[in-house]
Amino acid sequence: MTEVKEKAAENAARLGAPSIDGFTEEGERLSPAPVATGPLGGDAAKSHSHGGGYGIPDSSRAGRLTSYRLADFPELKGTEEEWRFTPLRRLGGLHKSALDGAAPAVAVEAPEQVRVETVGREDARIGSAGIPEDRVSANAWEHFGAATVITVPAGAQLEDRVLVTLTGAGPAPAAQHVVIVAEEGARAVVVLNHSGEAIVAENVEIVVGDRADLTLVSLQEWQDGSVHASSQQVKVGQDAKIKHVAVSLGGSLVRLTPTVRFAHPGGEAQLFGLYFADAGQHLEHRTFVDHAQPNCVSNVLYKGALQGKDAHTVWVGDVLIQKQAEGTDSYEKNQNLVLTDGGRADSVPNLEIETGLIKGAGHASATGRFDDEHLFYLMARGIPEDVARRLVVRGFLNEIIQKIGVPSIEEHLTQAVERELEAGEY
Amino acid sequence: MSTLEIKDLHVSIETEQGVKEILKGVTLTVKTGETHAIMGPNGSGKSTLASTIAGHPRYTVTSGSITLDGEDVLAMSVDERARAGLFLAMQYPVEVPGVTMTNFLRTAKTAIDGKAPAIRTWTKDVRDAMAQLRIDADFAQRNVNEGFSGGEKKRVEILQLELFKPKFAILDETDSGLDVDALKIVSEGVNRAHAEGNMGTLLITHYTRILRYIKPEFVHVFVDGKIAEQGGPELADRLEEEGYDRYLAGSASTAQA
Repeated sequence: MTEVKEKAAENAARLGAPSIDGFTEEGERLSPAPVATGPLGGDAAKSHSHGGGYGIPDSSRAGRLTSYRLADFPELKGTEEEWRFTPLRRLGGLHKSALDGAAPAVAVEAPEQVRVETVGREDARIGSAGIPEDRVSANAWEHFGAATVITVPAGAQLEDRVLVTLTGAGPAPAAQHVVIVAEEGARAVVVLNHSGEAIVAENVEIVVGDRADLTLVSLQEWQDGSVHASSQQVKVGQDAKIKHVAVSLGGSLVRLTPTVRFAHPGGEAQLFGLYFADAGQHLEHRTFVDHAQPNCVSNVLYKGALQGKDAHTVWVGDVLIQKQAEGTDSYEKNQNLVLTDGGRADSVPNLEIETGLIKGAGHASATGRFDDEHLFYLMARGIPEDVARRLVVRGFLNEIIQKIGVPSIEEHLTQAVERELEAGEY
Repeated sequence: MSTLEIKDLHVSIETEQGVKEILKGVTLTVKTGETHAIMGPNGSGKSTLASTIAGHPRYTVTSGSITLDGEDVLAMSVDERARAGLFLAMQYPVEVPGVTMTNFLRTAKTAIDGKAPAIRTWTKDVRDAMAQLRIDADFAQRNVNEGFSGGEKKRVEILQLELFKPKFAILDETDSGLDVDALKIVSEGVNRAHAEGNMGTLLITHYTRILRYIKPEFVHVFVDGKIAEQGGPELADRLEEEGYDRYLAGSASTAQA
């Protein structure tokens, strides 16, 4: 008798409504963390991430300062959360100089329907997708002269890609501003190809209209010695799709900060990145997906390879799922492959979740050396060491290249990766 | 006709407790067309012999020699050994991320033959060999060993054996972790490769059950880094009945004495 009763009690506990505060049958509604005393408050806050405590603006992406005015941002010390990996001395003055050098020259190759304009600072479309989130971005905003606005008109289905070539005009610190608009229902691929020599802070605003489908590829193939800080902010409309692909190969220091904000429900964002750092290069990518709307999907995948002394890569992936963003499905992952001694890969996924009523939220990070056992296996099949290394790196990075979906760009990148491999020391 | 000759081989590894000698003087000759089974209890040095022949960096040869038709194998790098005609079917094949089987097989075949295989016949050869080993065609597009089960990995090792056509195949516990059906499929693959008449086989195994499908002419029993006994197939039958206890008991009593 006793046994039976116990079983019945167990079943009741399993079937009944959970009695824990904050839980419902649909999921978990998180109660606000007590500021100083709770396990999530005070000094204990985010002990595994790198922010400050609860309630300190720096600790949450939601609390980070945004402003169009340079003066609102304090001067950088290098210890700030968003700058702590960046060697400020190598920033070419982008964070403190007046950026009055000549901006990289812009040339656009596009199908006929696409409108390409050069506009002044007062144009209404400037500021439509972005607001600077850091001092360098604000400095660029304060100093840019003319902006390039590229518009894919409503409903246009572009067969061919839009190629925007930005060619550096030399080592004087400069500011650049680009606005890309995919109007309602438009479908297009836009490639920003950065090359030449430059020290430039850039703001790219990307507006994806309702039900539009935009792929934006930002290629960084600068000459040695170049410095590039680029804030790329995407505003995603109702049921719209953005695929953002960052590819950083050339330049002394590249710092790309793609941000996606959902303006309406039903949006979908894919953020892919590929980087290959050689000796002395600093390649930094900070992604931010702000889920402020319900039923949006985001997926972030960045992959990088490092070779040579003092090759340094940084990936920081912030995902914020706000309280109202129920039904969110998000994932972010970063993988690095360290090919030689002397490189350093920093990888920091940050996930902030303010509602439990989501479909998914995951993050992963893995940084590995090209393993001796991999090498042994391939060499034991007759493959020489250098070929074996290339085989693995090519395969590793190919996952990103294959996601671009534009054969001409994929071919171009495959060759660019081959060149990086050939430049390696092994 | 080729000869793989191992003479008085001593091999050690570095452990946290210092240098440890695993092989303590192994002498063995394998010729084309022969199948040798190397049997023995766990830890007797069977797999060390296999990995040393292939050139795994973990193992240091302190004395002795390995030659292939008189050429010094120990002087060759790992890839040179494979190109000279040695093939190790590994006990634990590693997953190689980012490299598809198709790409891997073609790259290895090209390296071993010194020239790219003819596209049309190669594709067909791969497809046929996969079908015979009951490997799904979609494995060709998957990354090397990634997400393969233990049995699938072993079949893929034998697939490579059949495609690369080595002079000597060293099978390192290929039978471990296989069910009866998979064991049969894998054994048939080895027998097919052997039947072509250009290969010698060194079959390393803990159990006798694979010897129902692959028939060795020579059986060597490894105990504590040395060959303790050798003979013909009848030795394997005896091991089946008696196990390795009598070797171990002998060495234990020696140690006590």
